[in-house]
Amino acid sequence: MKPFKNISGIAAPLMRINIDTDTIIPSREMKTVSKKGLAGGLFADWRYISTESREENPDFILNQFPYNQAKILLSGSNFGCGSSREHAVWAINEWGIKVIIAPSFGSIFYNNCIKNGVLPINLDEEKIASINNFVSIDPVKNKLHINLNNRIINYDKETIENFPIDEQDQEFLINGLDQIDQTLKKISLINNFEEAHRGQNPWLK
Amino acid sequence: MNQTLFEKIWNQHSIKNLGDGNELIYIDRIFLHERTGSIALKSLEERNIDIRNPSQVFATIDHIVDTFPGRGDTTLMPTGTDFIKSLRASVEGSTINFFDLNNPNQGIVHVVSPEQGIALPGITYICPDSHTCSLGALGTLAWGVGSTECEHALATNTLIKKKPRLMKINIEGELPIGVTAKDIVLYLISQFGSNGAAGYAVEFTGSTINALEIEARLTLCNMAVEFGAITGIIAPDQKTIDYLEGKQFSPKGDDFITASEQWRNLKSDPDAKFDKTINLNCSDLSPYVTWGTSPQQAISINGSIPSLDQLKESSERESMIRALNYMGLSEGEKIKDKKIDAAFIGSCTNSRISDLRAAAKVLKDKKIAQGVKAICVPGSSQVKAQAEAEGLDKIFTSAGFEWRESGCSMCFFAGGESFGEKQRIISTTNRNFENRQGKSTRTHLASPETVAASAINGRISEAKNLGLES
Repeated sequence: MKPFKNISGIAAPLMRINIDTDTIIPSREMKTVSKKGLAGGLFADWRYISTESREENPDFILNQFPYNQAKILLSGSNFGCGSSREHAVWAINEWGIKVIIAPSFGSIFYNNCIKNGVLPINLDEEKIASINNFVSIDPVKNKLHINLNNRIINYDKETIENFPIDEQDQEFLINGLDQIDQTLKKISLINNFEEAHRGQNPWLK
Repeated sequence: MNQTLFEKIWNQHSIKNLGDGNELIYIDRIFLHERTGSIALKSLEERNIDIRNPSQVFATIDHIVDTFPGRGDTTLMPTGTDFIKSLRASVEGSTINFFDLNNPNQGIVHVVSPEQGIALPGITYICPDSHTCSLGALGTLAWGVGSTECEHALATNTLIKKKPRLMKINIEGELPIGVTAKDIVLYLISQFGSNGAAGYAVEFTGSTINALEIEARLTLCNMAVEFGAITGIIAPDQKTIDYLEGKQFSPKGDDFITASEQWRNLKSDPDAKFDKTINLNCSDLSPYVTWGTSPQQAISINGSIPSLDQLKESSERESMIRALNYMGLSEGEKIKDKKIDAAFIGSCTNSRISDLRAAAKVLKDKKIAQGVKAICVPGSSQVKAQAEAEGLDKIFTSAGFEWRESGCSMCFFAGGESFGEKQRIISTTNRNFENRQGKSTRTHLASPETVAASAINGRISEAKNLGLES
């Protein structure tokens, strides 16, 4: 996983609640046994007039300049609810979005973001509305600046400090660590636990 | 003492506190399917990482396989075969318990798992599928993960997790005839929202839950994720123990006696603390149906779609306008008697033998309305065989339903089969999201009884007076 760098970028408002992972990437767009090649399927049913011809829907925000270069997505509550498909995050990441700001997230989707170098930020609706008001005036000029090391968002003359993120998630994102490698360092702990656990539950082998 | 059921299982599986609230949690069993499991296995192969305990891993084919009679590896979904073959290649030569298409144990992961005693009380269990929470019905600590977390569990038998907040949902009252676990969960989500349990693990308790059979509990816990919960769980009781006895992967002989003793003690202590409690009474509940594109947009079958001015938040109003437009419905409209084009019985929510029996009771000696396309997809090959042994397949086909091989089928559209644009479908599935069952399809979630009754009338209908009392 690539380390997460500080981001200064265009924020695209997709201010709907309950945007589910089927909408982020419909199942039929998950065509190969692979984590790659999924950006084309991102928001396919909203993004294209016809998913077959790939004719773009000009009304969809991520098709419009300058939002087609957005690195940050603003959205409504329960973003990424529904299916566990990690393809939703792989597609978002590959398309170029590195930060998603919403009042709440689907729990599996949130975990999937952390595992793939995408930063999910929980902010209350008022703060998101305030950011949206600012960036909508001139999305190119009015960029958002996100510093994960210090957990700070800067926009306009405002600073949002200490946005919520688990310390360990922060460390994984900043260092681009691989969790399997980290856990395998604790293998003797796991072995010892497993032996005792199986002693109590011998049928679980 | 004063521990919740969730905490007891969690603490028994906590290998180490890693600081900052994170714990290294031991995972007992892992179930994979061809859609996301194939990717996790391939990814580990590419990195040359071994599966730590293949015998604790299970796999089957359910998501994108066709369900037509005589189906094989070739799928209507253009690249579906690749997923099937990739999974098969990855498990070949390993001791992973694999239920391939010709295996009598094949079926939807969350149907096969309880049916074969793979999910057990007090164990930790994951699957790269959001409806893994279903298995909480047995007192299993089970939740859905992404592919990357699944790889971690395959490689290490652990996950790094923060203990979630805990919610108790206590449900009292005897359910009226024709009202089911599906109606309870739709009612719950309609009252508290589809992120009503965001960040929580939910324990269901109360007299209504005690009275539910295991398969109904599976339906209830199945939709905990639609309530935003990390998982749902129900304390095991004598019904659970009876249900699991003799299953293929359940403990056997003396082990079963020992295990049963452990399971009997798996319940929240009387003084256990929950972060939140919801109390519901379901003695006057009626069947519930969704009208919109989120499971929270559900109403009593005798009710009307809300009016826009009943909603406080502007985001909810916008969501409602969009949903009404998508569904071809108006605010204030009655849901009953809305004409339907299709009826679907299947999915990990409602495709078990008790679901098929309930639907068959309504369908017996009746015909579905002209012009309605109706399909029944049993949840597993075992459910299908059992239903056929009881003659249920004949009831379905005589009524005009198609009778299929088991799989996830038209719960979602992977490019294979759909009902068609703007078709109105009454469905026993779990998600009514935009385009979920195919481009522009209009899904109404309901119980098997309601789906069967609606198929007969060609309109959204209650099963009451259609054979349920007898």
